Amino acid sequence: MGRYIFKRVLYMIPVLLGVMLIIFTMLYLTPGDPVRMMLGDDADEAAIAQLRSELGLDEPYLAQFINYVKKIVMKLDFGVSYVTGRPVIEEIMSRYPTTLILATVSTLVAIAMAIPLGILSAIYQNSWIDNISRIVALVGVSMPNFWQGLLMILLFSVNLKWFPASGFTTPAHWILPALTIGTSGAAAIMRTTRSSMLEVIRQDYVRTARAKGAPEGIVIWKHALRNALIPVLTIVGIRFGASLAGSIVSEQVFSIPGLGKLMVDSIRNRNYPVIQGGVLLIALAYSIINLIVDILYAFVDPRIKSQYSAKKRVKYAGKEGQGSVG
Amino acid sequence: MSDREEFTPRSKKKSQISEILKRLLMNHAAVVGMLIMLILIFAAIFADYVAPYSYEQQNLNEMFARPSLKHLFGTDNFGRDIFSRVIYGARISLFIGLTSVVLGCISGGALGAIAAYYGGRADNIIMRVLDVMNSIPNLLLAISLSASMGAGVGNAMIAIGITSIPIYARVVRAAVMTVKEQEYIEAARVLGVSNRRIILRHILPNSLAPIIVQASLGIAGAIITTASLSFIGLGVVPPTPEWGGMLSAGRQYIRNHWHMVTFPGLAIMITVMSFNLFGDGLRDALDPRLKR
Repeated sequence: MGRYIFKRVLYMIPVLLGVMLIIFTMLYLTPGDPVRMMLGDDADEAAIAQLRSELGLDEPYLAQFINYVKKIVMKLDFGVSYVTGRPVIEEIMSRYPTTLILATVSTLVAIAMAIPLGILSAIYQNSWIDNISRIVALVGVSMPNFWQGLLMILLFSVNLKWFPASGFTTPAHWILPALTIGTSGAAAIMRTTRSSMLEVIRQDYVRTARAKGAPEGIVIWKHALRNALIPVLTIVGIRFGASLAGSIVSEQVFSIPGLGKLMVDSIRNRNYPVIQGGVLLIALAYSIINLIVDILYAFVDPRIKSQYSAKKRVKYAGKEGQGSVG
Repeated sequence: MSDREEFTPRSKKKSQISEILKRLLMNHAAVVGMLIMLILIFAAIFADYVAPYSYEQQNLNEMFARPSLKHLFGTDNFGRDIFSRVIYGARISLFIGLTSVVLGCISGGALGAIAAYYGGRADNIIMRVLDVMNSIPNLLLAISLSASMGAGVGNAMIAIGITSIPIYARVVRAAVMTVKEQEYIEAARVLGVSNRRIILRHILPNSLAPIIVQASLGIAGAIITTASLSFIGLGVVPPTPEWGGMLSAGRQYIRNHWHMVTFPGLAIMITVMSFNLFGDGLRDALDPRLKR
């Protein structure tokens, strides 16, 4: 098991380096001179050349990339914001917790709504519960987050005055944004839970459990759900990533001072180091979530665990065999 | 005579297609989706005739007019007819949706086919690059690409197309891997047919079903992404009518003019829903075993 986790963590390194390469190259190729952006159009050429040299922007592409990676890995240095002159990591870290809270709460909301509905839908296939759940899921998948957010503001803030329409200071402020981002996630998770459960409850071992006289609750929770969980875990991981990315748009709707709002402001100001840093940290969080999901697979699916245990047993058996021969 | 004809490959293919069509038409949800899609495509193509006003025609005497018979969806802050703008918006959204899917399909499909057909190192390299792309959430990748290329219809299309490459590559790779083990591919290889011809003429046509399903669902996703990009100012630039952009503009008037944010959003939802219904129905029709 330890080997599995270690291997999976190691695999993250080239992937994150790849992400850095993509993001760096994308913004390297972007038209516009960052130094002129920092100093203004009327800056003199000597000052421009000096700052360009200080920032290492006069070096070739590969050297710049290596330098960029080195700074991030060794010193957690993502550069400085073109707008405020503050280190990017400081700017991002002051906003990141808000976005992480929003994405986490939204994903939890999505799970709480989707998994029970998906299970019920599968158990009572083609019943009214199933039909309503499927329609709700279809609407949820088809509705853009930001529009749903606007409708929620219209209904719950403007008309009913139940929840605040903007900000993120108290848990009351979390409700509308979390519901907004959570609903589309819930729709996708519900659809996956339903189809995965439908596949599992037709399996022979579920029929066997029922034939043995196991109570229906045990059959569903112990025999069916646990085996249906792998695709559900995968979609939960994907939806968490989508919630992080979706928060960029939803934070605009609810004026939440999170990473998403910082990034959109940075896009408007062409503040590239902040955009690079933001994308990279979201990709890092997404990779960590995928890592956790992969580790959870091993706990949920004993086949994965036994695959590694079996390898270990074969290895030891081989060694013992060699010893006895020698 | 007729018995012999039934067993020729052409008639087999024909009967397969009619069987799929029959299954698709028996699925009411898919038929509804298809009808809405056709209406939208018709409205988008003939927007000049369907829309009662031009999308940029301003009337400052009629700013923020509520929905009425004169203006079905009301008017916006410049007095422009929202119904007309929603119809012209369909043209933009469907165009970006379709072209980005074609772009993603061709590039992703080619990568997936190469990875599956050649296997080994080619497969490994392509799949690792796709893993890297997959580790950036789709919308975030689209936002980053649009941020670096700038706003505009063309750039939004390219950005969304690129983000969809991994999914098509995976779908095509899986399909090709199944097909390439078939005997007729081996026969073609033995006959000395070139790799390129085998992939293009034999493997891809036989792997089309999952690609078509993914494409129809992909258009739905692309329309939402386009609207999201425009909402944060990265997609289509005003005054070109795009549903996301219209929502962004209506946002500041939400307290007093609900119609400005209701109808463009409804248009997105109905369009996306129609593609989702059609895509789901198509998937069930192409492979009834998957129906649940």
